[in-house]
Amino acid sequence: MSEMLLSRRRFLRRAALAGSAVMVSGCDVLDEAGAVDHPVRDAMESANALTYRLQRFLFGRNALAREYSRADIQQPQRPNGVTAPPDADYHSLAADGFTGYRLDIGGLVENPMSFDLATLTSLPSRSQITRHDCVEGWSCIAEWTGVPLTLLLDRVRPTAEARYVLFRCYDTIEQGLSGAFKYYETIDLIDARHPQTILAYGLNGGPLPVENGAPLRLRVERQLGYKMAKYVRSIELISRFSDIGGGRGGYWEDRGYDWYAGI
Amino acid sequence: MDAAPFNSIARRKLPPKQLIYRHEIWTRVTHWIWAVCLFFLLLSGLQIFNAHPVLYSGDQSGFGFDNTVFEIGSDSQNEVTGGYTEILGLRFNTSGYLGFSDGRARAFPSWATIPSGQNLAFGRVVHFFFAWLLVATLAAWFAASVLNRHLQRDLIPTAADFKALPQDIHDHLRLRFHHGRRYSVLQKLTYGGVLFVLLPLMIVTGLAMSPGVNAAVPWLTEVLGGRQTARTLHFLTMLALVGFFAIHMAMILAAGPFNELRSIITGWYRTDTSEEDHV
Repeated sequence: MSEMLLSRRRFLRRAALAGSAVMVSGCDVLDEAGAVDHPVRDAMESANALTYRLQRFLFGRNALAREYSRADIQQPQRPNGVTAPPDADYHSLAADGFTGYRLDIGGLVENPMSFDLATLTSLPSRSQITRHDCVEGWSCIAEWTGVPLTLLLDRVRPTAEARYVLFRCYDTIEQGLSGAFKYYETIDLIDARHPQTILAYGLNGGPLPVENGAPLRLRVERQLGYKMAKYVRSIELISRFSDIGGGRGGYWEDRGYDWYAGI
Repeated sequence: MDAAPFNSIARRKLPPKQLIYRHEIWTRVTHWIWAVCLFFLLLSGLQIFNAHPVLYSGDQSGFGFDNTVFEIGSDSQNEVTGGYTEILGLRFNTSGYLGFSDGRARAFPSWATIPSGQNLAFGRVVHFFFAWLLVATLAAWFAASVLNRHLQRDLIPTAADFKALPQDIHDHLRLRFHHGRRYSVLQKLTYGGVLFVLLPLMIVTGLAMSPGVNAAVPWLTEVLGGRQTARTLHFLTMLALVGFFAIHMAMILAAGPFNELRSIITGWYRTDTSEEDHV
């Protein structure tokens, strides 16, 4: 899960408040246009596609997010969203210090692989002091250490059909009528291959705490926090995400947030 | 190109009752598109602000230290919840408007946000759609205004304008307006300030908050004092634009709303008899 202040309970409460506000508001029409898949909203969302294309077109593929100095780390990384996954399988892994953890990478790859934490931490690592920007507006600077995703992709060798990288997570973020919603996210291959895109297992010189996504979380430094899935369980290379979850490419995306979060 | 085409149009179309063709189609259409854009940008912006109604200085938000410059919040005392607004550490009770309204904790009240309920996701969709529309319209306006000389003729103040500044301030304070074809120097400075200072500052501080732009143009955020300072400046520029809107409305009411509205809708404007020679 990313760094969103909206916990499930608050999200539901706000959704209920928003619902009642819609009923009493004189702006009914406008509020209704806000429903996901409403044609007015779809038209306005095309602005995000324009932002995505233009940023990809104008900015270099490997333009680096600013990296800060140690002196800029002035506080612990603010945890957000799910900070203690309720899931039993996660609990049993955590109880063992994640020794039983395996990261499976599959989907549209020539060589599916599985990595334990010891292997991941023995691979070449990258540390970066970056600013985490939450979609809500706040920012926090911290040092992240992890394995560049591109190194793992080189080993599994994505096929020519692969266009996106899907991250499935351990944490249940919402209990719906039809079952549990687990966090998931997708990014394109340009961000997946970006030098600062890492699967982090370390934070501010120590191991990654549970509240920040232990044992492994994604860092995508040119996008907002909700793209950076925590508690990563598995990675899949895919050609499209329309048939996954709500079809919009991520847990928050399915709830109306833009898939491209570079703005 | 010189000012002749416009003047000849104005003279040719000048009907007997001192009605002149004051605003060209580009000026009128872009004006109204901006009005719509800024309305939606303001209300969706307040929606976005509500998701984290605190402003800071510097690169990051102080959770473990204090760099807060502005905050809207709510607190409970003796089981009564109230809203407050804190500016540079000074706290004001703003219950009913800011921090607490309609019986619930909320930074800006629901009547001031789009959508009315808490919905950051849709607020962002609305905001970025109208941001693009505003930028596109500004670009079109700028190109048209250079080509039809609206910029040089009507907006850039001349030496004579500055000489007339004290008199113009004096006249405005007494609500004595001259209805000529030309803008007064205060109008030139105000419209110029909105179009060449406030709106560009709004766009630049907005871009400085984008993590994608940050990676490509890191100096932009740095010259603005960091991402959180950029966010604060974005908010302050919004306040300046709201202030402009209030004065703009007041001036139109004072100067004669029918004539002013007609000129920005149809282009035709009735000038003072005494100003005929200016036409």
